[in-house]
Amino acid sequence: MPDSLITAAMLAVVGQAGESRTATVERGAIQRFAEAIGDGNPAYPDLAPPTFLRSVGVAIPTLPDGDSIPRVLDGGSEWAFGTPVRPGDEITFSTILQDLTERDGRLGAMVIATYLTTFVNQDGIRAATQRNTVIRMAATE
Amino acid sequence: MQDVSIGQELPPLVKHPTTRQLAMYAGASGDFYEIHYDKDFAAAQGLSDVILHGALKSAFLSQLLTDWAGPEALRSLSVRYRDMDVPGDMLTCKGVVVAKDDTAGTVRCEIWVENGAGVKTTTGESVVALGS
Repeated sequence: MPDSLITAAMLAVVGQAGESRTATVERGAIQRFAEAIGDGNPAYPDLAPPTFLRSVGVAIPTLPDGDSIPRVLDGGSEWAFGTPVRPGDEITFSTILQDLTERDGRLGAMVIATYLTTFVNQDGIRAATQRNTVIRMAATE
Repeated sequence: MQDVSIGQELPPLVKHPTTRQLAMYAGASGDFYEIHYDKDFAAAQGLSDVILHGALKSAFLSQLLTDWAGPEALRSLSVRYRDMDVPGDMLTCKGVVVAKDDTAGTVRCEIWVENGAGVKTTTGESVVALGS
């Protein structure tokens, strides 16, 4: 019987909040993001596109023993949007590993990690939350 | 709001992603996972080509909705990456109104990305606020 891909060290960090970080939203960063996604909406860069916030920085806690499942795929994302994000905003964000489950998928045995990131602006108002599903697998043979 | 009806289709949004766009998105988003711009790395993962960032497809779908309802209209956006997409393909973002909440002034849309072969590689839904 194969061992579980999920180790005790991985399970130990489920529910733990990662480090909180703060970053300033730069007008140029919004501009580059809008150009990268090919969205010429004239509201940008005086306003950030909906999914821009992930670009202010990453605070995803490191997964212990993560080297044993190095192949990573993005499974999906659920955003809830709050107050609009504009240049000069100071966004504080932190990420918690909500859940780890293992299942056999189309691509073989995989670990599904669910992260929740909360983004709050300088006035303490929620700008967004993002729940992100990350698929991790062992290295190919 | 009165003009929007259940079953109404959103104007489609066509995208032609390139490796250049993936490099631009890597830089703009800070997601430098090599699977999105290093073909040798992608091959070592068993892939025939580099693949689009899932989050780039989320951005395409958010543009589908903001083009239709305005840049501040999105209340939620839920997206599942069901299949990988590669640069060089033509992607069409589509959506349809599936529910209306007249009190809240919102509609719920099913949204998806179709690749050039007509396969829905990415699916999701969104709640969008509509002006009066």
